[in-house]
Order: sequence, then structure tokens, then C-alpha cells
Amino acid sequence: MRLRTLGRHGREAIKSLGRNSWMSFASISAVTVALLLVGLFLTVMLNLNTIANQVENSVEVDVFIDRTAKPAQQDALKQQIEQLDHIKSIQYVPKEEGLKEFIKSMGDDADVFKSMQGKENPLPDKFVIKTTDPKQSITVAKQIEQFKYVDEVRYGKGYVEKLFHVVDIARNIGIVLILGLLFTSVFLIANTIKLTIVARRNEIEIMKLCGATNAFVRWPYFIEGFLLGLLGAVIPFLLIAVGYREIYQWFIGKNYQSYLFVKLIPSDTMTLYLGGSLILIGALIGIWGSMTSVRKFLKI
Amino acid sequence: MIILIEMQDVWKAYANGVMAVNGINVHIDKGEFVYIVGPSGSGKSTFIKMMYREEVPTRGKILIDGTDITKLKYREVPFLRRKIGVVFQDFKLLPKLTVYENVAFALEVIEESPRQIRRKVMEVLDLVKLKHKARFFPNELSGGEQQRIAIARSIVNNPPVVVADEPTGNLDPENAWSIMEIFERINNNGTTVVMATHNKEIVDRMVKRVIAIEGGMIVRDDKEGVYGYEA
Repeated sequence: MRLRTLGRHGREAIKSLGRNSWMSFASISAVTVALLLVGLFLTVMLNLNTIANQVENSVEVDVFIDRTAKPAQQDALKQQIEQLDHIKSIQYVPKEEGLKEFIKSMGDDADVFKSMQGKENPLPDKFVIKTTDPKQSITVAKQIEQFKYVDEVRYGKGYVEKLFHVVDIARNIGIVLILGLLFTSVFLIANTIKLTIVARRNEIEIMKLCGATNAFVRWPYFIEGFLLGLLGAVIPFLLIAVGYREIYQWFIGKNYQSYLFVKLIPSDTMTLYLGGSLILIGALIGIWGSMTSVRKFLKI
Repeated sequence: MIILIEMQDVWKAYANGVMAVNGINVHIDKGEFVYIVGPSGSGKSTFIKMMYREEVPTRGKILIDGTDITKLKYREVPFLRRKIGVVFQDFKLLPKLTVYENVAFALEVIEESPRQIRRKVMEVLDLVKLKHKARFFPNELSGGEQQRIAIARSIVNNPPVVVADEPTGNLDPENAWSIMEIFERINNNGTTVVMATHNKEIVDRMVKRVIAIEGGMIVRDDKEGVYGYEA
């Protein structure tokens, strides 16, 4: 296609948005409403997913080392663990440090335990292990239990399994809802665009009778669909991005991050995600709606 | 004479079972002016539509300029249509485009250069005597003027054939004659004209070849014919 022709298609698309202003308005509104819903949902789901990831990632495996193990045997055990699959990191925590952490976590009641520092320390040395996939921590823990010089392995048995189960269900529900919402909005938008094109089938018919190729007829509609989707994405994007920024600032301001041990997606990152996905979804739906509607009238 | 359009044993049955055309054989030479007459539902429109391949015959061959258009691939059809100007009873102008844009449209879709478009559109608007209304919109023109614009659009690309389906059907006698005058002029310039019509007065006064179709068959084909039905 010549550049001049592409320019013509662009101009035609913009002109026709103006000429069919009411129809364009209807289509853009449909995109706006649908993407507002999708965007809100996406924001909530992305945050839930991030929180779920944070919770999952907080799962770690504590390996308490048998007190009789010599440093060389501890090293051997460490190497043995490192050779397992799915190990992300392994940190050695000597008993002194373990006790310090424990005392710290006890707060005001810690005095009793302070006397245990030194030779009286009842705690064993331990390894703290993180796995590449939190769900593997159960398998990893079971494997480590079999090793020599391992006194005990703790990973929050029972609790961790339930946590993963709940998180999985929440994620799946979210995916199903988002897909459902996208599906309905695709139809809502595509049908509105279809109406605008039905109103203009004469134009397509005349183009075809004047010897226009199908590609030539399609191009302006392609660009128009793209623009409708793009314009429709602007308002939901702005509304949600600004709204999210406010909520995020409030969340930070109230210091909920540290009470709840969870972090929301920072508003700048969210703005990027939203901008990218809403514009992409809008444009794709616009193009799809307009292309499927034109196809019917090209058969002349 | 050079044969431009030739139909060989052409049949057309529609999906609903209606037999619109039943074994037509005809040839039309380059530069001819032909009226297609016959009662309503006799197959005139189908005959016209098959020439620019809006309809494809169920059987038979249609040769235009030596090419069998029934065998054209789908993507080759636009290039056939560029050789055939089509005029309709209801004009089929785009209401939201100006007169100039409506005519230019036919050249834009075949990707003519902007300079050529300007030149050719003004030339053809001059031919139909509507150059001064180039900036008007169709609804600001009379029926006759609208049809003249539609004709301008059909010939702006200089096609060897113009086909017209009842082009004067929606017009009063005066406007109908002004349209016929334009067709005559186009024909004198060497363009072949094939026109389905119900207008007895025109056919009888502007004497040309007349092909009469009844029940999908050619019942009469006179070099200098008459309408032959009650008006």
C-alpha cells in the first residue's frame, strides 16, 4: 500500500468519526463503561495477586541442625540441601543469633531468656531455606527431614497447605471473573460498533461497486475501530489511575503497609499496568468489533 | 465491430428457487447503446447485475472484453468493476459527502493520484453541467441533479461500459431527458451503454437497439427497436 493511501485511510477514519458523531459517541461510551469495569476489576485482582504472592513468599523452611553435628558435618548438610531442586536461598542462623531473634520477638517478656545467652542457649543452629516456588517448600521440607544431622524441619505444616489452597481458589475465581467480564465487554462493544457500520453499509456497497478492493474498504474501519477503542480507554484509565493513586496514598499515609504486612502495587507501576492493558484491550476490541462487522458487507 | 460483452447460454436461479434468467445468448459490440426492456420481474435487473458480477450465473459464460467474468477469482472482481460504470435508479450517493467528494470517491478507491482526481472530477462535473454545485451536498440537489452526479461518478474513471438499472425511474420527464442527453453524449464519446428501462417515451423517441426480456429469456432483439409494451 502506498503511503499516500495510508494517509487517506487515516483521514477518512478521523472524518468518519466526526461525520457519524452520535454513533462514535455511542461506541466510545460502550468502550468506556466496559473498560471502567474491567479496569476496576483488574486493579483489585492485580493487588490481590501481589498480596497473595507476598504471603506465599513469606513461607520458609526452618531446618534445625542436630546439636551433635560438627561444623564440617553442618557444611556437608548445607551442600546436600543446596543440591536439592527448587532451592532459592539457604541462610545459616547460628544459635546465638536465633536466640537474639527470639528475645527480640518476645518484647517485654524477654528478660527471662536473656540469661540463656552463651552456654545455656537451648536453641540449635538452623538453616532458613526459601524455595524458588513457595509451593515446593512442602516437598523440600519432606526431603530434608530424611537427611542426617537434621533434628527437625518446620514449615508451618497444615497452615501452609490451607494458605495455598485459599490463594489458588481466589486466583482462579479472579481469572474467571476477568475473562467473563472481558468476554461480555467484547460483545457489548462489538455490537455497538456493528450498529454504526450497519448504518453505513451503503458506503461499503458503493466502494465495492466502484472497484475498491476489500483491503481498501477495510483499512479506514480498522483505523476507526482502533481509535474508538483508544478514545474509549482514556476516561477509564484516567479515573482509575487517579483514584488508585489516592487510595494508595491513603493506605501508605495510615501506615497500613506495616500493620498488615502487605504491600500494595505502587501507584506508578499500577498506572503503567492499567495504561498498557486498558489501551491494548480497548484497541483490540475496537479493531475486532469493526473488522467482524465490515466482513459481512464486503460480500458484494 | 468488436464484441465487448457476450453472454453464452446464461442461466440464473436464485437460492429461493426463482429462475431469473433462462438461457440467454447475446452479444453487445463496443460503442453500442442498448435498452433492456420487459415487464417487472422479467429478469432485466439480474441481467444487468450479472455484468458487473453482483450476481453470478448458475450456468453459462459472460465474456467482457474477452475475459470470462464468471470464472474470476474473488480478489479479481474489483478490477472488473473498474471497467464498468454502474448507475442505479436510487442514485446511491453518499449523503454526507459533497458532490465533488462523491465523484472523487470512485477515483480514490482505485488509488488515483490527488492531482488526477481533481482534474478528472472537474472535467466530468463539467460534462454533467454541475461544476458550479461541486460543494453542495446531495440533499441540496434535485433528483435529476443527483442522478447526473451518480452518472458522473460512474464515468469519471473512463470505463469502456456503463450499465444503468432504471436510471430515469425516479425522475420526472424533464429530468429524465436531461439524463438521457448525458448518456447519449457518453455513448458518442465511444462508451458502450446498457440500460434497463421502463420508460416507453424515451425508448420510442431516442431510437436504439432494444433487447426485450420476458420470463428470463430474450424474446426480441431489434437493431432500431421500440419499447413494445403499454406504458
